[in-house]
Amino acid sequence: MRPTPSRLLNVLVPVKRCVDYAVKIRVNPQQTGVDLNVKHSMNPFDEIAVEEAVRLRELLKDEVKSIKVVTIGPTKAAETLRTALAMGADSGIHVEIPDANYGPEPLGVAKVLKAIIEREKEKAPVDMVIMGKQAIDDDMCATGQMLAGLWGTGQATFLNKLQVDPKTRVAKVTTEIDGGVEELEVKLPAVFTTDLRLNEPRYATLPSIMKAKKKPIEKLSPSDLGVDLTPILETLKVTEPPKRTGGVKVESVDELVSKLRDAGFTAVA
Amino acid sequence: MLSRSSAILSAARLGFARTYATAASPNVLVLIEHRNGAIEGGSLAALTAASELGGEVTGLVIGGPDQVGGIVEKAKKLKGLKSVLHSTSDQYTAPVPEIVSPLLEKLLGSGSAYTHFVSAHSSAAKALIPRLAARLDVPHVPDITSLSHSEEGTTFTRPIYAGNAIATVRAPASLPVKIFTVRGTAFAAALDGGDVSAEVLEPVSVSDPPTTHIKTSLTKSDRPELGAASRVVSGGRALKNAETFKSTMEPLADVLGAAIGASRAAVDAGYADNSLQVGQTGKVVAPELYVAVGISGAIQHLAGMKDSKMIVAINKDADAPIFQVADAGLVADLYEAVPDLVEKLKATK
Repeated sequence: MRPTPSRLLNVLVPVKRCVDYAVKIRVNPQQTGVDLNVKHSMNPFDEIAVEEAVRLRELLKDEVKSIKVVTIGPTKAAETLRTALAMGADSGIHVEIPDANYGPEPLGVAKVLKAIIEREKEKAPVDMVIMGKQAIDDDMCATGQMLAGLWGTGQATFLNKLQVDPKTRVAKVTTEIDGGVEELEVKLPAVFTTDLRLNEPRYATLPSIMKAKKKPIEKLSPSDLGVDLTPILETLKVTEPPKRTGGVKVESVDELVSKLRDAGFTAVA
Repeated sequence: MLSRSSAILSAARLGFARTYATAASPNVLVLIEHRNGAIEGGSLAALTAASELGGEVTGLVIGGPDQVGGIVEKAKKLKGLKSVLHSTSDQYTAPVPEIVSPLLEKLLGSGSAYTHFVSAHSSAAKALIPRLAARLDVPHVPDITSLSHSEEGTTFTRPIYAGNAIATVRAPASLPVKIFTVRGTAFAAALDGGDVSAEVLEPVSVSDPPTTHIKTSLTKSDRPELGAASRVVSGGRALKNAETFKSTMEPLADVLGAAIGASRAAVDAGYADNSLQVGQTGKVVAPELYVAVGISGAIQHLAGMKDSKMIVAINKDADAPIFQVADAGLVADLYEAVPDLVEKLKATK
């Protein structure tokens, strides 16, 4: 008798629409947040997560059954989903929320993701969640770990290498830590968060962008999932950081050395 | 700082605390991280931040059987601690969040006397703390740069958007435990001068953990640790390759007794190790002196170094954004300027 084939992998990739990384942000005069009438794009760490999921399928072929992307955000966040679909994801879920100065807190987002995982349990149980290590707007660096905590699964954060064995359902990873790297083995299902050096995301080609328009996106609201996204922490204000009074140039190395000496910096060796 | 906290403590002893037990008197647990037998600098800064809440502070040391003893002895001497808890298990020798979290959940879960839990914003804490917070169903506030405590709650500031905005957020008093991590460069390190008792805490054994630690590889270096160094010299893409990075930056680091850092471009191109990256996604440093060599000064890099006391930039491009934050900018070819600088610095000794 043939052994039962191991179950095929379903991958969930959460993505976030953020102010583009190259934009110099401005705090609004009311000090409630930053000016959001600027260019937005997919959080760079999430692009790496989508790329990793797509590469995983290219490597493991049919053993990756589905790649689903999910975003929580205003109407415009659908564009971010389309970008991910054009990179190679199969379908999307858009949890739509009103436009606001701040996105929901990581705890709320993790609860939404957990609810989506519960919902998928019957049709396509999620084996791997691959997501960015942090969003470049709130710089929280928390959602993946929170999701793993709520889900009760393993986690591997700040990945720079991911290898999955679909037979044993174990992932071997290398993660970036202070002062070096760490190697871990994580049983699936699990949550993985990407560091910058995991891969180089691809650009979507025009045909794939056209094709992505036909891929399905399911729309949901937080209440469909039974999650309340009201923030628990109160943001009292958002301000500009103190300005540096820099901008001084020196003419020569000699002048630089004397400036350093005046500030008390001399050679130690 | 200490006088203020002791004033509040004595007020608490006089019965003041009976009416405002939770609001007026924070009970803080601070995670003391360690590596190679030494307490991490970030945890010393976290202890200083914890003391600023004006309540009692307990230290917590977790580790393997060979690690904990020496660290507890060091922790007991730290100024500002009321006592030290320590927990030892073979599982804690190279712990992963899945293994440490259950112990903390037990300590901080319902009925816990602790009102605050603090840690450094280290890579280990970044992996552990959010998992713990979610298990306790509370939010956390990462990478704080200042804090204050009142009856309404605990208020923190933290940088967002790569440090281009500062958010002031309040964790309401109604939260059973306020969890936060501390930006090491924003607080002074706690000093020695205490003498407190230590107490054993039973470890929580985790059977069949989902994650197994295989190995840790640390970059070896005789130089000061990047995050704690008082002087940092940093190189960028203009250094061309790993060899020129080494041959240019090392003499400068040696003469100044500085740690070496790198921009993302230099790290991505393989000139320097990942762990040396300074910026939004790497280390945040705030040394006395930061020398940026061949670094243009992208937003993401500035996020990691713009709180340095004195910034020196050497760059060929007079329009590079790094010059806008530099206290001394030199427009020059780094291959001429850096060796020249090294020679002339030697003469200042």
